[in-house]
Amino acid sequence: MTVQKEEGYVTADGRKIGGTLMEMKNITLRFGGVKAITDISFDIKEGEIRAIIGPNGAGKSSMLNVISGFYVPQEGEVWFRGAKRPPMKPYEVAQQGIARTFQNIALFEGMSVLDNVMTGRLNNMKTNMFQQAIWKGKAEKEEVENREVVEKIIDFLEIQSIRKTPVARLPYGLKKRVELARALAAEPKLLLLDEPMAGMNVEEKEDMSRFILDVNDEFGTTIALIEHDMGVVMDLSDRVVVMDYGKKIGDGPPDEVRNNQDVIDAYLGVAHD
Amino acid sequence: MAQSSQAAGGLQSIPALLHRNATEFGSRPAYREKEFGIWQSWTWKDTEVQITNLALGLINLGVNEGDFIAIIGRNRPYFYWSMVAAQAVGAVPVPLYQDSAAEEMAYVLDHCGARFVIAEDQEQVDKVIDVQDRLHQFEHMIYLDPRGMRKYDHSRLHEFSHIQEQGHAARDEFTPELQRRSAKLDYDSTCVMLYTSGTTGKPKGVVLSNRNVIESAKNSSEFDHLGGNEEILAYLPMAWVGDFIFSVGQAYWCAFCVNCPESPETMNADLREIGPTYYFAPPRVFETQLTNVMIRMEDAGKFKKALFDKYMAVAKRVGPKILDGKPVSLGDRISYALGDLFIYGPLKNTMGMSRVRVGYTAGEAIGPEIFEFYRSLGINLKQLYGQTEATVFITQQPDGEVRNDTVGVPSPGVELRIDDNGEVHYRSPGVFEYYYKNPESTASTKDAEGWVATGDAGFIEPDTGHLRIIDRAKDVGKMADGSLFAPKYVENKLKFFPNILEAVLFGNGRDKCMAFINIDMSAVGNWAERNNIAYSSYQELAGHPRVLEAIKDHVEEVNRSVAEDEMLSGCQVHRFLVLHKELDADDGEMTRTRKVRRRIVEEKFDDLIQALYAGKDEIFTTTEVTYEDGRKGSISATLKLIDAAIQPVKTQKVAAE
Repeated sequence: MTVQKEEGYVTADGRKIGGTLMEMKNITLRFGGVKAITDISFDIKEGEIRAIIGPNGAGKSSMLNVISGFYVPQEGEVWFRGAKRPPMKPYEVAQQGIARTFQNIALFEGMSVLDNVMTGRLNNMKTNMFQQAIWKGKAEKEEVENREVVEKIIDFLEIQSIRKTPVARLPYGLKKRVELARALAAEPKLLLLDEPMAGMNVEEKEDMSRFILDVNDEFGTTIALIEHDMGVVMDLSDRVVVMDYGKKIGDGPPDEVRNNQDVIDAYLGVAHD
Repeated sequence: MAQSSQAAGGLQSIPALLHRNATEFGSRPAYREKEFGIWQSWTWKDTEVQITNLALGLINLGVNEGDFIAIIGRNRPYFYWSMVAAQAVGAVPVPLYQDSAAEEMAYVLDHCGARFVIAEDQEQVDKVIDVQDRLHQFEHMIYLDPRGMRKYDHSRLHEFSHIQEQGHAARDEFTPELQRRSAKLDYDSTCVMLYTSGTTGKPKGVVLSNRNVIESAKNSSEFDHLGGNEEILAYLPMAWVGDFIFSVGQAYWCAFCVNCPESPETMNADLREIGPTYYFAPPRVFETQLTNVMIRMEDAGKFKKALFDKYMAVAKRVGPKILDGKPVSLGDRISYALGDLFIYGPLKNTMGMSRVRVGYTAGEAIGPEIFEFYRSLGINLKQLYGQTEATVFITQQPDGEVRNDTVGVPSPGVELRIDDNGEVHYRSPGVFEYYYKNPESTASTKDAEGWVATGDAGFIEPDTGHLRIIDRAKDVGKMADGSLFAPKYVENKLKFFPNILEAVLFGNGRDKCMAFINIDMSAVGNWAERNNIAYSSYQELAGHPRVLEAIKDHVEEVNRSVAEDEMLSGCQVHRFLVLHKELDADDGEMTRTRKVRRRIVEEKFDDLIQALYAGKDEIFTTTEVTYEDGRKGSISATLKLIDAAIQPVKTQKVAAE
């Protein structure tokens, strides 16, 4: 934690990381008597890939839900792009430029891949229902513009061949990719990925890792992800927050976290070489 | 000299043809590619601008006449332009198989001494970077897709569009030089160098001149009456001579449109949208498509299935006759017309073949039943026999004389000769110049009078003049009792079954034939699903007792059919096994064009062959496999060795008499 300066740093592979994009200050989240998150602070800097790891029940998904505005913490503050964020509805958070994927895929199963990804553009559509029903003119022009953005993402994630396929017919690994496509369609500043690799085989994981790195690289999107697969986390992320029983027990670059005794005890069990 | 060739009105190079097309057919589409879900198109005029800019950019980058430019990528207009731009600046384009491992690429790049590489994306760039230390002549690489390339050192790397922009910016400076170089091209200058896939040994660089390519394109276009309105889908490897002839030679000669699919996975959808009029595919593509149709019909409702079966029987009986213009009764014509309305029409549409006027299959023998299936639907599918060394065409089937057991009559301008050993030789304007840096092979393949040995054994039918190919000359052998051993013949019969993807027959110099079989994962997987058979891997499915039983039935059926042919009845399969892995080009068991490398399979699985001949019931084996990224691993399995019933040859003959 000594390596990074207040305003950005340079990663091992030469990427320049900018200033603070989001900051969590002393977050505490309770469900009745259960403390899911206890007094956690960390920041996410612009352009970095930030991982949140921890054993089952550590509060990772709760943390992500706080970031996405789905949960409002009882204590603490969320700062985004230099301003304190008041309690918000999830759609308002989305309008701010935060998009996410879900641990247990939340796509519209009966709709085609293309339509699903188009829903990610909803916040960019200005026409109302009536204009869209009449279709000609403004709504058509808008759809063409948005379709272009969507097609570029479809091309980027290499899902052209399933463009017209109903999501329900797709295997799990592809559904995950469609979800990523939908999140990207919103052109977010900050992308939240909830276990993007869960349940995938090695090849699918490699593909997904590639896509995450490419998204970060090509679009400059800041990414916060939760992941169980240690190999993936250590390879992908620039900095890692480690949680256990709702508390933060480590924070720093992967190598540092890997050698942190608390982390080893709580999560990894044994030291990795 | 340049003046004289122009003055003679000769269109003696591809860039010259490009200029003619841009002048005469400027507004007609030359290329289409599906990108971002829409077909983008370029007219001949646009194409000339694109190619000129690229050519100027290449001169700007320092490309000299005679340099080799390697091109690595899937079928995209940009790479076709790259080839023509390379020719325009006097360099030689060398298309490579884009799925080659880095090692294979290193060999070819080193062998031709490519100074420049034009690669598709990060994956291909990485492969070249991996081996660049060994490539002494390699200097610059141009990539098309900038994705993921930002962090690379760009001192020797350039983006495709930047090269074009730089070329355009420097047009005043370099246009005279470009014109000077293009004008020098004539029939004798090198058009392209293509590496043969190398069924045996290292790949060889086949040098083809403009004469080879343009004459072959001209003759073959006339043979099939190809015109400027043809539509083709370019999806076969660019490094393969066939694609070069269809998508460059014939396309530039006739000025027809080349369509590039969006991605390899969307091939079928793109095929349907384009509806090519001129279509080319190796037998494997037709096999896969037929397998898919059959699988889907198995899943169809009873009524649809019954309708399909009824009209397919009609088609089988009269379809080919109607196509060949032979007499057919009115009743049959009516049933066929009904069948066309209900079944064949929609089926052809689904397969993207509604508009196919001329279809070719080549590369390998096609199963007669597969061939007949397509012809019976009214698709004018024909066979062609050719090689890289002949600039594709040796023999072709003329319309109305299509049969599944011959490969047709000599193409226009081709002379044929069968030598004493039964090997087929040919001589034509398409005969290649030489193998690059390999005079010994050139001398042993092509004699002083220009005759080339094909390496295939065959004979010319006396009454029809059609050529019949039996097998690779070196694969045809004798069994211990002196009877003929022609493995391809039996393997092709086996491969007709949708469940069997690949088969390899052994028996040369032995008393019995044994076979290795690869199951077709999609067909067998679908069958397993319908029969509630659980499996977790290819290996498990391949070893399932009920799968083995089904394969055994297929083998025995083939034995019955092989026994009917007196000459080849010795090739019946006595015992077989189902392999635990698919034969794969990454493991060297197949060529990149997916032909089995018999010798390598024989060496690699020697333990299995021994066990088959020793009469064992099962064997434990471990096989090394190579993953796509070049890492190695191994898989092991216990394989069952199975006996198949043999038809007694003698009694069969007696019964037949």
